[in-house]
Amino acid sequence: MPSESPDDRNPPADAPLADPVESARNALAAIDRDARTRILATLARRFSDLDLAEDMIQEAFAQALHTWPQTGVPNSPEAWLITTAKRKALDVVRREGVLAQKLARLRIEEEREPTPHAYADPATRVGEQPAESVPDDRLALFFACAHPALKTEDRIALTLRFVAGLSTNEVAHGLLVPVPTMQQRIVRAKKRLRTLGVPLDVPHHRDLPERLVAVQRVIYLLYTEGFARSTGREHIRDDLTAEAIRLARVLRSLTPHVAETTGLLGLLLLTQARRPARTDGAGKPVSLAEQDRAMWDRELIAEGLALAEEAARAGEGGPYAIQAAIAAVHGEATTFADTDWAQIVVLYRMLEQVEPGPIVKLGRAVAIGRAFGPAKGLRQLDDLQTDPVLQGLRQFHTARAITLEELGDREAAVAAYCQALELPGNDAEDEFLIAMLADIND
Amino acid sequence: MKYALLLMGHVNDPACGEEGGASPEEFFAFDKEITAAGVVVDSFALEDPDDGGVIVSSDENGERVVSSGPFAEVKEFVGGAYIIDVANIDEAIEWARKSPGSAPGGHVEIRPLAPY
Repeated sequence: MPSESPDDRNPPADAPLADPVESARNALAAIDRDARTRILATLARRFSDLDLAEDMIQEAFAQALHTWPQTGVPNSPEAWLITTAKRKALDVVRREGVLAQKLARLRIEEEREPTPHAYADPATRVGEQPAESVPDDRLALFFACAHPALKTEDRIALTLRFVAGLSTNEVAHGLLVPVPTMQQRIVRAKKRLRTLGVPLDVPHHRDLPERLVAVQRVIYLLYTEGFARSTGREHIRDDLTAEAIRLARVLRSLTPHVAETTGLLGLLLLTQARRPARTDGAGKPVSLAEQDRAMWDRELIAEGLALAEEAARAGEGGPYAIQAAIAAVHGEATTFADTDWAQIVVLYRMLEQVEPGPIVKLGRAVAIGRAFGPAKGLRQLDDLQTDPVLQGLRQFHTARAITLEELGDREAAVAAYCQALELPGNDAEDEFLIAMLADIND
Repeated sequence: MKYALLLMGHVNDPACGEEGGASPEEFFAFDKEITAAGVVVDSFALEDPDDGGVIVSSDENGERVVSSGPFAEVKEFVGGAYIIDVANIDEAIEWARKSPGSAPGGHVEIRPLAPY
């Protein structure tokens, strides 16, 4: 069998027709997360209302299911959905009589067009891309959501949830807050956006610098979720890490002289270089100590090292530059034993100065154990036992378990692995932890 | 959207009032500019709370009581306000930035008008 091409699913008009309902369903199923985000981005920028945008996308999908079986699937389903959702949103705005001025801003004249005919390709009308300050739709919306009218934490949560397309649970995990807190935060932020009349528009060049930190953070957290998923079957989501790296590259092209952007890209590339060795053939995670370093991507390491050095030369000592430096030490070590752990300890101390947080403390404790022996490492980890965030994180208990195992305390190591297993994480990690437990008991 | 720009002063701030802060001329110039832009729905300026403020409130029994203002614990006061009608918060922020009210010694609070 040749691999399925789009034509198999979407036969030309003169071919024997597949079931039209089936074709419509397939076409809608092919609208992936990215496409959905693009549609949301377009609507959100137009109407400055994320709730409205989401509702109208739902309705447009429903309408497509109804219309396409009769008219056939349009050439560009995405453009059809955008046009339909926009028209529906306009109806709502008109019906609710929301501010004449808002309507004027929406240039209704341009929108007063007949329902898009299913065979016509509305993409030609939808495309409206003047030269903008941010050359990427999604990144532009990252900047728009980083509006100073919102609290910093709300900007990041909102962007991750609606523009980057993570689930509320994933966002909560990334920002280290309980899920109900995150739900409330997102509802509150959306309400604030609407009440204040925050335009989800590409910000002015002048406004980019003050929004940069939030945007960097969003890209970083997007990568982090892809790097080791908070839930689900697989350990890694390559689509998320790839998107984060793509956005980091666009951001660097936009702010080439900002050391933290350079550091961020360097960090992501150096981390990504280890990707081929990070899971085994069955998708089970492989720890840094066990990874086959011959599988590391040398090209990414070279590019990442250059960026890390450039970021370090700026001498600002920002969190991404420091983390890139840590990743660089790993990248340069030919074996796990060769790693300059003392250097990593120093770097973690620096990182803690600029970004004190439980994850950084954990990293420092692990590095101290590697540099000065597991007994010291365990003392550091035990000092962190009272941290409520770390108590709820698998990485913490796994790090303790590995340290305890090295010290020969099998019983305590088993207990720590079991604690890790009880906490949320992805299925591949479960397998890893179960295998570690089995090894101890041998 | 309609927004209120509340021009706030700070009690006992040396940068605020007659000794410091923006001069009346600067406020007049700003008023001229924002009025000419055609976005002002309404505006007012208030006398200094030390010179003319009376507080009507309720005591612990819920009875209305009248006293001379301002409240002792109040650290800031409204010096004046504009109601403006602009496209979005960014335009409102732009006006607040330009206002002498946001110069040292004061700040401008932007509040959307509730639609009821």
